[in-house]
Amino acid sequence: MEIPSEVRKLAIAAVPPIVAIVLAFLLGSILIFAVGVSPIVAYRSMLDGAFGNIKSFTEVLVKMYPLLLAGLGISIAFTAGAISVGAEGQILMGGLATAFVGTYLGFLPAPLLIPISIMAGFLAGAVWGIIPGYLFAKKGLSVVINTIMLNYIAHYLVNFFINGPFKEPGGYYPQSPRISENAYWPSIIPGTRLHIGIFVALVAVICVYILMKHTPLGVKISSVGVNQKASRYMGIKVEKMIIIALAFSGGLAGIAGAGEIAGIHHRVLSGFSSNYGWDAIAVALLGKLHPFGIVLSALFWAALRVGANNMQRVTQIPVSLVVTIQALTIFFVLISEMWQHKGKLASVTHTFLKRKSIS
Amino acid sequence: MDTLLEMKNIKKYFGEVKANDGIDLDIQRGEIHAILGENGAGKTTLMNILYGLYHPDQGEILIKGEEVQISNPKVALHLGIGMVHQHFMLVPPFTVAENISIGLEGQKLYKLDLVDIEDRVRELSQKYGLEVDPKAKVSQLSVGVQQRVEIIKVLYRGAEILVLDEPTAVLTPQEVKELFIVLKNFVVDGGTVIFISHKLKEIMEITDRVTVLRNGTKISTVHTKDTSEKELARMMVGKEVLLKYEKVETKKFEKVLSLKDVYCKNVKGLSAVNGVSFDVYGGEILGIAGVDGNGQKELADVISGINEIDSGEISLNGQNLNELSPYERICIGLGYVPDDRRGVGLLTPFSISMNLAIKHISQQPYKKYGLLNHAYIEQNAKEIIAEYQVKTPSGQVPVSNLSGGNQQKVLLAREISCQPQALVISQPTRGLDIGAMEFIHKTLFRKKSDGTAILLISSDLDEILEVSDRVLVIYEGTIMGEFIPGLIPIEEIGLMMAGVVKKER
Repeated sequence: MEIPSEVRKLAIAAVPPIVAIVLAFLLGSILIFAVGVSPIVAYRSMLDGAFGNIKSFTEVLVKMYPLLLAGLGISIAFTAGAISVGAEGQILMGGLATAFVGTYLGFLPAPLLIPISIMAGFLAGAVWGIIPGYLFAKKGLSVVINTIMLNYIAHYLVNFFINGPFKEPGGYYPQSPRISENAYWPSIIPGTRLHIGIFVALVAVICVYILMKHTPLGVKISSVGVNQKASRYMGIKVEKMIIIALAFSGGLAGIAGAGEIAGIHHRVLSGFSSNYGWDAIAVALLGKLHPFGIVLSALFWAALRVGANNMQRVTQIPVSLVVTIQALTIFFVLISEMWQHKGKLASVTHTFLKRKSIS
Repeated sequence: MDTLLEMKNIKKYFGEVKANDGIDLDIQRGEIHAILGENGAGKTTLMNILYGLYHPDQGEILIKGEEVQISNPKVALHLGIGMVHQHFMLVPPFTVAENISIGLEGQKLYKLDLVDIEDRVRELSQKYGLEVDPKAKVSQLSVGVQQRVEIIKVLYRGAEILVLDEPTAVLTPQEVKELFIVLKNFVVDGGTVIFISHKLKEIMEITDRVTVLRNGTKISTVHTKDTSEKELARMMVGKEVLLKYEKVETKKFEKVLSLKDVYCKNVKGLSAVNGVSFDVYGGEILGIAGVDGNGQKELADVISGINEIDSGEISLNGQNLNELSPYERICIGLGYVPDDRRGVGLLTPFSISMNLAIKHISQQPYKKYGLLNHAYIEQNAKEIIAEYQVKTPSGQVPVSNLSGGNQQKVLLAREISCQPQALVISQPTRGLDIGAMEFIHKTLFRKKSDGTAILLISSDLDEILEVSDRVLVIYEGTIMGEFIPGLIPIEEIGLMMAGVVKKER
């Protein structure tokens, strides 16, 4: 019944990110031109690298998977007004838990073990989200600071395990033992790294969409993000909502980590997340914190990552140029946000950065 | 008299909104000139243009016959125009003299010469009857005195034209009288006053001429002595308005809401409500009168459960509320319309429908099979929008797009749709135009006839007197007295509002 207006709203919301991307690429082309390469050739090679053949496209989807899940998680936290930058640590914890399950419960059959590994990733990530949520709700401590610190704790915790109690027996490298094959997430296209995780992620998109837009819980979470004082007056338990939001947020990032371990590496390596948790923040912002927007922005971000490598091979333009384009994109998204709020910087910082009472 | 200031064909648009649409204004030297209009009529915009805070899209300003460009307030001050805003712009921990020194030209970089400033402040306060101690800290001054500081601030800078934006909104009747004496002294001394207000009585009392604005255009400029309250009201709203209501007599029901010796603190941890006791009966409107900031907000918050109670007891139909959360209080029949409708009452980025539904969002039929029942939520909104005449194309419009009056209607509608047995309503018509005001009041009367116990907290004394059956006066968190409207003289009420206890008088 309200579908047309809903579609229209989405279309309007999509304009600023698209303009931002176009502008970022235009500026990027100046940089490319400055180093003496034709921007058309460079972008062409980037596009080829990402979508040129089925193999490269599966690689895009492989990289899209953690970005999408962690980005969804971040969108829930941000919607609740909690600026969580803890996805990186949550991915690590989710992956670590999945490795434990995959190693020590390896005797279980795959149909049982795979769901358990997803659950394990979710729970470990959720715990890593509940901790800053609880500290904020009960003690008023900054979510930003605590999620940053928990990222470090997760990082060193993983290193501790793979150098000590969870090190591969008799192995030389700091890595965990290979998980049981029963825990492997099956690959979708043989010969590629693309695993079933991408379906898990798409199911998560639907779930988050329903949760945030069509359940009372989602309304309450957004309400807390909009105005804590008003929410409290309307009988919404603000602290509880923030803890729940951060739990979901961490849990989704945890599933991202689970897929990295059970779908790709099959064991824990130091730094197995390769900064997906940080990029996911940009993905969530570019996707305007909307589940469907995040699908597109995660795809875009992953394509940039994959395409950049090919561009470097073909044109010798360093991959860091792509990082520049990514940064410019976010920069322009923020500017467009500012325009939409009629030049009020306060609103922008409110939307994206401030949420003072929590962060 | 000669023309001191002229504004010609001033136009100022904010997007689609025509805040000022070709307004002409002339101010004579030595007059007190009122700018009258409803909220949104363009009064403040016009004055902000005069003060250099806004730039007009079109039109010119002439002072003593010469065209001037007022690009910022500094220029305005140089031209002798000083403005006292509705919201004071003072630094509370500083003294009066220090506040006046801020932004003052001709100051040395390395040393603040406060002695000189203090002397001049004393001089000015004597001259105009503005009693202020220049060494007092602003945070310790009452609102009325803070306003005097604001006035001195602009006089100190040599203002010849004093612009006052709704100066009496925060004052007691006594303080209003004192302010008027100051203004008259200022005029006698050769000054000129522009007085923004929508209070007709005051305008009749103090001004020489009145310019009436409506919807961004000038309706007329008249001599005060040639007009009447009624005529001004008609010009202001464009139709005859009922400023008096027929008192609806209803039979009294049982005691519903009851406070016994309630104490609570404000956000700063200072005691705000000090031993307040009263009962509100079903079918009556109990008014709480008082100057802003005397514990009204905290009183409302402690009843609704947002503020914690320190001691005493609050009960609803005999049930103790002390330990209940705001939500539990809603459930057992307490409605609350907070004074800050945009900051607390409503979620402005959310749609009207969602704002109307959110208090019950986890209950049937707002929820169905665990999901939101959008069909019901929209239907419910549609009915309420029609019943309360909320001006909006649909329920999906964000509340932030509504005018103040319509926002208040949404808020009130939501609280009433919960069928509360007791309704606490705080500053319900602040900033609303007369039409919306009338609607809100009539809604209250309707609920009263239904047997709801209504606690009306308002610093608008006229509203309290018109609407309430019984009135308590609050001063610094204690109840100073009780009266029935119309049965005691207004001076008596004013004294109570100023905290003068009977035996002291």
